Amino acid sequence: MTPTLSGRMQSRFVLLLIVGVPLTLVLGAVLPRPTATTTLSDMYEVFFAALVLVGVVGIVWELIYHGLQQFRWEKDWPTIFGLVTGIPEGIVVYLLLDRGFPWEFGDVPISLFLQMFILVWIAIWLIANGPLQIFFPRWRYQGGRFI
Amino acid sequence: MQQQPTEVVSPRHDPPPTGGSGDVSDALMAKPTWSDHDLIGHGIPIYDVPFVTVGGGLGSFAMVDILRVAGVSAEHMVALSDLDQPSETYEHLAKNSQIPSHERLRSDSGSVLDCLWGWPGYALREAIADRNPKRAWQVMTEPILAEYFTPKAGQVYESVTREANRIGWSSMVKKGVVRTVRRREGGEYFVLFTPATGTAATKRIAYRCRYVHIAVGYPGVKFLPDLQAYRDKYQDYAKVLNAYEPHLHAYEEMLRRPTTVLVRGSGIVASRVLQRIIDDRDNTGAQTTIVHLFRSYPDGYQGDKRTFRRPARNGWSYQAFNYPKSAWGGQIRYTLEKLEGQERSDYIDQLGGTNTAPRKDWQEQLDRGLEQGFYKQLRGTVKTVEPTADGRQVNTVVTTPDGYELGIEADFIIDATGLEASIEEHRVLKDLLSYGGADKNPKGRLNVDHDFLIRGTESGAGRLYASGSITLGGYYAGVDSFLGLQYASLRIADAMAAEGFCKKIGPLRSAAQWTRWARNKTP
Repeated sequence: MTPTLSGRMQSRFVLLLIVGVPLTLVLGAVLPRPTATTTLSDMYEVFFAALVLVGVVGIVWELIYHGLQQFRWEKDWPTIFGLVTGIPEGIVVYLLLDRGFPWEFGDVPISLFLQMFILVWIAIWLIANGPLQIFFPRWRYQGGRFI
Repeated sequence: MQQQPTEVVSPRHDPPPTGGSGDVSDALMAKPTWSDHDLIGHGIPIYDVPFVTVGGGLGSFAMVDILRVAGVSAEHMVALSDLDQPSETYEHLAKNSQIPSHERLRSDSGSVLDCLWGWPGYALREAIADRNPKRAWQVMTEPILAEYFTPKAGQVYESVTREANRIGWSSMVKKGVVRTVRRREGGEYFVLFTPATGTAATKRIAYRCRYVHIAVGYPGVKFLPDLQAYRDKYQDYAKVLNAYEPHLHAYEEMLRRPTTVLVRGSGIVASRVLQRIIDDRDNTGAQTTIVHLFRSYPDGYQGDKRTFRRPARNGWSYQAFNYPKSAWGGQIRYTLEKLEGQERSDYIDQLGGTNTAPRKDWQEQLDRGLEQGFYKQLRGTVKTVEPTADGRQVNTVVTTPDGYELGIEADFIIDATGLEASIEEHRVLKDLLSYGGADKNPKGRLNVDHDFLIRGTESGAGRLYASGSITLGGYYAGVDSFLGLQYASLRIADAMAAEGFCKKIGPLRSAAQWTRWARNKTP
């Protein structure tokens, strides 16, 4: 990919919306619940908080990535970067959730978080690297911008 | 397309002139704008079609492909061409420059000429066809853990042929040669065409159309001036060769006896030529010595800013493709779009210029050659090129940077600099510059706007567009690439959609058309 800064932001939010939200709705319903008393709404509360954090904290991440990209002659962002940046991003989101951001959940089981986060991250990454262009053929020429 | 010429009715209700030879006259060619009656008076039949593309190569193909996806029927488009297949010229040039069908091009996985969506790319297709995830892994990890994936030439040709069949390409092609494109009195254009012998009753026919797209590719190859002078003076076309011309006889000779070859140029074509010669050494025992002459010799980084510098080593300047990737669709594209005139031209030079791909197998061959002495590098400028006393070789006298003069006696000189001829070498382009209102940009190519409209050529509601290498120097750097041809086509189609000629390719049309593409159904 060859994103511009605004393309990065737009792609992050659009993909979270069109891939992240529907997938999270499904995962909340199908992933095993940590305790017998956990309700569907408890699951969604944590999962959607994680999704919001990926979006909001992502603004800072994108600024950092954009800065790093300036040291690349091609001004590109290799496909694999889009995958491995999930590691630091996941850690930060988990730490924030665990410390009660954006609100208090009690204990967030790490295995549950990992299942949700990894599946959403990989789905977004896969769709961004090809199938998205089926609907948006100009996206790749526009540095990831939709508008 | 209709089989009968359009009947032209005079706006003044007088009978149109008849007669004429079916050919143009000097008087007509001297008129910048033609009327319907001018052509009828010359006995030249007129056919109406809204869209004509001139060229019929990959540029025309990319354009027509996107217009078909944008809802234009095949009957409303004509491709004027002397080619049987859209990939024919490309294939010819690639073969000459030592890229047969099984070798890989310098193009990325997503630059799929047969699929405007870019997905699935060549890498994924190859992985599926081979039932081997290796290529998919390569494209996912390029260029960090693996070299860039690049498609095999043959895969590109096959996919273009499949798509050409899908969109009804052959029904749109009219074989022959375009003579000129002229503005029509009252708006639109005439494309004057010389149909292939025996396919029309008259020598010329004319297409009357609102849209014309010009994609005629390279006007021609050009030799380095000193080599051109040598060829002209000594009429020696066997020893001084251009990498884009057929020159297989040189490689055959290299197998027969030990020879010395002087290679000039340090771009991708030079890399290919060197690979061919060294492969022959490695595989068939040729004993060729290569002298490689560099005009400039980059080593280390080119550029002094950490955020704008390109690696170079041993005289070669390295980048994966002929421009940085983001020139096609990222930061660099947007930077370039804001520049004008000479500043834009200079920026394109900084991004492009002479460079080659950092392929490990090539670097290994050259390092080995330098070590074993069969590949020698020399830096300098050429003073003279003359036959040796016995006439069997060519002697090139080079002035080195420290002022010495060196003679290099070689059996063959291969010019791999890839110089391109001026656009005036092409008759249609020369005519557009003389009569059509077109002018040149600082790179000497056609001056086009952001939508690839040829500036100054509008004719009422008529629009004249161009894509490909003839537009280099405009607002997009990678015009002479698969992705660049598709980008230009998309911009042109969007501009035409805004004028109501075709449908805008929005998300729904796009997805619906992609599923038709995937099932190999007509658009």
